[in-house]
Amino acid sequence: MTAVLEVDVQHRAGGFALDVGASAGDGVTALFGRSGAGKSTLVGMIAGLVKPATGRIVLNDRVLFDSKNGINLPAPQRRVGVVFQEARLFPHLSVRRNLLYGQWAGGRRDAPDLGAVCSLLGLDAILERSPDTLSGGEAQRVAIGRALLSAPDILLLDEPLSQLDGARRADILPWLDRLAHEAGTPIVYVSHAFDEITRLADNLIVISDGGVLASGPVEEVISRIDLGPATGRHEAGSLLRGEIIGHDETYGLTRLSLDGANLTVPAIAAPAGTAVRLRIRARDVALALEPPAKISVRNIIPVTIAEIALEEGPFAEVLTKIGEQNLRVRITRRSAEELGLAPGAHAYALIKSVAIVRRALARS
Amino acid sequence: MLSAEALSALALSLKVAALAMAVALPLALTAGYGLARWRFPGKGLVTVLVYLPLVLPPVVTGYLLLIIFGPNGAIGRWLEQSLGLVLAFRWTGAALAAGVMAFPLLVRPIALAFAAVDKRLEDAAGTLGAKPGIVFFTLTLPLAAPGIFAGVALGFAKALGEFGATITFAANIPGETRTLALAVHTALQRPDGDMLAIGLSLIALSVGALAVGLSEFAASRIRGDRRA
Repeated sequence: MTAVLEVDVQHRAGGFALDVGASAGDGVTALFGRSGAGKSTLVGMIAGLVKPATGRIVLNDRVLFDSKNGINLPAPQRRVGVVFQEARLFPHLSVRRNLLYGQWAGGRRDAPDLGAVCSLLGLDAILERSPDTLSGGEAQRVAIGRALLSAPDILLLDEPLSQLDGARRADILPWLDRLAHEAGTPIVYVSHAFDEITRLADNLIVISDGGVLASGPVEEVISRIDLGPATGRHEAGSLLRGEIIGHDETYGLTRLSLDGANLTVPAIAAPAGTAVRLRIRARDVALALEPPAKISVRNIIPVTIAEIALEEGPFAEVLTKIGEQNLRVRITRRSAEELGLAPGAHAYALIKSVAIVRRALARS
Repeated sequence: MLSAEALSALALSLKVAALAMAVALPLALTAGYGLARWRFPGKGLVTVLVYLPLVLPPVVTGYLLLIIFGPNGAIGRWLEQSLGLVLAFRWTGAALAAGVMAFPLLVRPIALAFAAVDKRLEDAAGTLGAKPGIVFFTLTLPLAAPGIFAGVALGFAKALGEFGATITFAANIPGETRTLALAVHTALQRPDGDMLAIGLSLIALSVGALAVGLSEFAASRIRGDRRA
């Protein structure tokens, strides 16, 4: 991964200390952390709205901030596009004037074409409207378009869906998906919602208590079992990459290949050869030492046990490998002991349900 | 219907008030923005100075102007010697008196309007590439516009009807400094002046009511428009 953005900052404000070293490359880098973990402060620092006490921020080899050399580029010169939690549209300007603000007021002449951004985000029909007539989801889409049209070198999305209700969030997610794949601008996506991250992100940085807890490709970080406290147990699971190898029209099923292992899932409307990304929650997987017969579960996949974490409570977290990919399994501690699971052992993963989180279109 | 005397007083008042606003508005914008947004040493003193004419007896304000801007005043003498500009007992002096008296009414709504502009919008504009000066003229000023209109309407009405400071500093010279309020005062001194006084008062009443109405309308726009 070539780093587009490199951040190494230390800050202290009102009993809260932040010390973050992280980098983001092309594609979507998710910044995950609970509320109050310092995510928005970090966004402000990258954008030039908050001055870190010490540190260095570099974007595409341009130094935005360097406390040692006294460099602190003002926000207008940073070329960091920001979409805030609230859309922050300018109420006295039409949607069109808002979208073009970076050009007529910001002097960003090398901006992408208005028409292209409008069709990417579905804004054509609302161009002449006033911001106060827009729904929350529409306003957020305009804010994204406005940031894109200011020709930023990187786009920071600071929990852009957090002010929207469930239905509106579901409305806007597909647009973000398109943005991630088609805009070509590197994106840092700040969120504490796992579904958004697993759907959109390529890389993941987990922030906790003002520091970086883990970072790397999203599939790897998500399946790491030591991150339970930071990421939340209920949603814990794995992201796997697979490829469609065929369809079973009679039963409405699609067959996938995951590093040679076969997986059957409810039909996906895409041709054979399409790369897809699957989310499998740890609690939807069971383990067996022998392939069970006469069972309704269709997906019985040979795995290798990599790591076992016994916990205080009744559960055990088991990290298994399907080829090179991680599959996280949550079973009871008692089962783990009775099966005599140990790292290196072979077993069979019984996978009940699978969520297809994204068709990986452009990349992978 | 209106006598030549009344028309002359009205025309002079409009001229005086217009000049007063033209000079006072840039200062009021600076003062209003500064009071709303800046922190600086002596801010309390500046606040007192800006709002003092509101509570001081107008005749005292006029007398102070005479001391400072009069023929023997420090600034007055300098203005006369270097620029050939005489304010005392001239219509321009009436404008100065009216402007000073109207200043607090002008600044107050402007300061409130600037304070009400959401700074987060300005931050957003900055990330889009707009430099602070551009942000001020494309965002802050238009968003504060209703408050500025409200201030100008109030200040203009006040300047139009100013009496105490004007008569003290600029005197009551027909055609030069006898504005609407001074003309009413003069008419009341005359045994046959009742009709003229009533006519002039009606003019003052309608202009004042119109200005307050406009100001209130503009102020309602400040509250209604604020949305992030």
